[in-house]
Amino acid sequence: MLDILIDFFIIGAKTGLILGPLILAVAYTTYAERKIIGYMQMRLGPNRVGPKGWLQPIADVIKLLMKEVVVPSGANKGLFLLAPVLFIAPSFAAWAVIPFDVEMVLADTDVGLLYILAMTSIAVYGVIIAGWASNSKYALIGSLRSASQIISYEIAMGFALVGVLMASGTMNLGQIVMGQEGGFWHWYWIPLLPLLVIYWISGVAETNRAPFDLPEGESEIVAGFHVEYAGISFALFFLAEYANMILISVLTALFFFGGWLNPFQGIPFMEGITEWVPGIAWLLLKAGFFLFLMIWLRATFPRYRYDQIMRLGWKVFIPVTVVWLMVLAFMIKAGVGPWFAGRGVF
Amino acid sequence: MTVESIVFYVFATLTVVGALGVISMKNAVQAVLCLVLTFFSAAALWMLLEAEFLAVTLVLVYVGAVMVLFLFVVMMLDVDYASLRAGFSKYLPLGVITALALFGAIYWVIRSQVLGEIPEPAKNSADYSNVTVLGRLLYTDYFYAFEIAGVILLVAIIAAISLTFRGRRERRGQSVPLQHQTMREERLKIVSMESGRRQDAHLKPKKTSSKKEAPKDGVAKKSSSKKEPSKNKQDEAEKSEGKGS
Repeated sequence: MLDILIDFFIIGAKTGLILGPLILAVAYTTYAERKIIGYMQMRLGPNRVGPKGWLQPIADVIKLLMKEVVVPSGANKGLFLLAPVLFIAPSFAAWAVIPFDVEMVLADTDVGLLYILAMTSIAVYGVIIAGWASNSKYALIGSLRSASQIISYEIAMGFALVGVLMASGTMNLGQIVMGQEGGFWHWYWIPLLPLLVIYWISGVAETNRAPFDLPEGESEIVAGFHVEYAGISFALFFLAEYANMILISVLTALFFFGGWLNPFQGIPFMEGITEWVPGIAWLLLKAGFFLFLMIWLRATFPRYRYDQIMRLGWKVFIPVTVVWLMVLAFMIKAGVGPWFAGRGVF
Repeated sequence: MTVESIVFYVFATLTVVGALGVISMKNAVQAVLCLVLTFFSAAALWMLLEAEFLAVTLVLVYVGAVMVLFLFVVMMLDVDYASLRAGFSKYLPLGVITALALFGAIYWVIRSQVLGEIPEPAKNSADYSNVTVLGRLLYTDYFYAFEIAGVILLVAIIAAISLTFRGRRERRGQSVPLQHQTMREERLKIVSMESGRRQDAHLKPKKTSSKKEAPKDGVAKKSSSKKEPSKNKQDEAEKSEGKGS
């Protein structure tokens, strides 16, 4: 019995080591977003709470915790309160298979990639249930938009990941990264460039971020599926959205940009002077770049119209991925470049 | 009591409770959510059997896609639950007989196996990969079955499309390629205005105001006549697109 408890304790501690920094990162991603968009729009952004506004996210969290959770009349109370939990649970659970460095992973499983896809796809239940249980027309419209959008873009995303699967020959995330060893030119972003673009845009669409934020489009349906939520139940939706953003950024770094690998690998002088940098720093640096891109996108592009989103997903992305998978198959069989050397048959 | 057996009993209970919920919930949306719970717990049970690929695929395909569409449809339907429950007592005997027959059939099959002490499934070695084993089986021993299943799915897709396809319709839609190809000249007309005039100039009495109006009118006419051909072009493109589809 004692070793069971110890087992549980160790697993719990590891989970805490991942989730604690993650929640902190989420808090400061909101701060970064407000600051970056502020400067892009020639404003200052939050600068009142604490030095340079550094305590703003903490103040926001306290404010949201103190607020009352209002359950609308006619709402299905149980499901209404369950929805935020269903939304946030998968976005946290997905972090279980993310490798941060060699051997630095909670669950080193052979179906990591599939598990990520499964977790991102079941997050849609939180959105649908939130919209349905709120007993509000705006919320229902928002949740229907979100559901159709997530299902549509999941297909393109899945196909893009099939490309990663073909290139690496494994679904284990750690092994996918190790397959890209050998420096900047060995990473998969070159042979998988169209898939990278599609994966990235689908990722933005899956997280309901601008310019794909139709589910919450505040100019038409106020706040979409979470229009009826207040206080901590709203905060959970917010937390999950930003956790998903960070997840997509980390995954892009892992799949296409060599994860924790040093970009200067194989370059004589630079490799020597960057040797001391731990792998996790490279991973976070790469992920941070993509996170910045997401915020940049939001400040730059206007929202898509619904039919434009569907057209892009079904008529552009899916055909492009299918064609590139065939091209990729030929590239692998021909043993092109440093990526597929030794796997050629010609 | 090992960790595995605790996990097993938790998820086995959840599976049974979820399955009972599917048939006993009053609201169809809640029933679908119970079905989701059942699938999810079943996936967890498969995980305990070291069939991690099948477990994750169950979650990805059934929970993540099929049940979402299910929920979608159920939420959209306006079901009159009272009328659905009207004939409950009338059909009850039939339902009970069917349930008993099904139970008997399953029991009969299981009884021929070992009933009572079912041995724990043997553990596989650490380098055992469910994905590899499944892939090897699918592409060797069960290759025909696998391909035939794919063809059947393709037939189902074609059937579904042909059922919902109601012939070509003349639609008014936008042609995105045409929008992309548009040139500046078609959309934008730069009008040179006399500069140096204040905005509120018209408030002040001026003798020349009536004269100034004339060229403005001419510009407006010109731009409207310019607009027309491009509009026709768009219409034509729509028609040709309609024909194409």
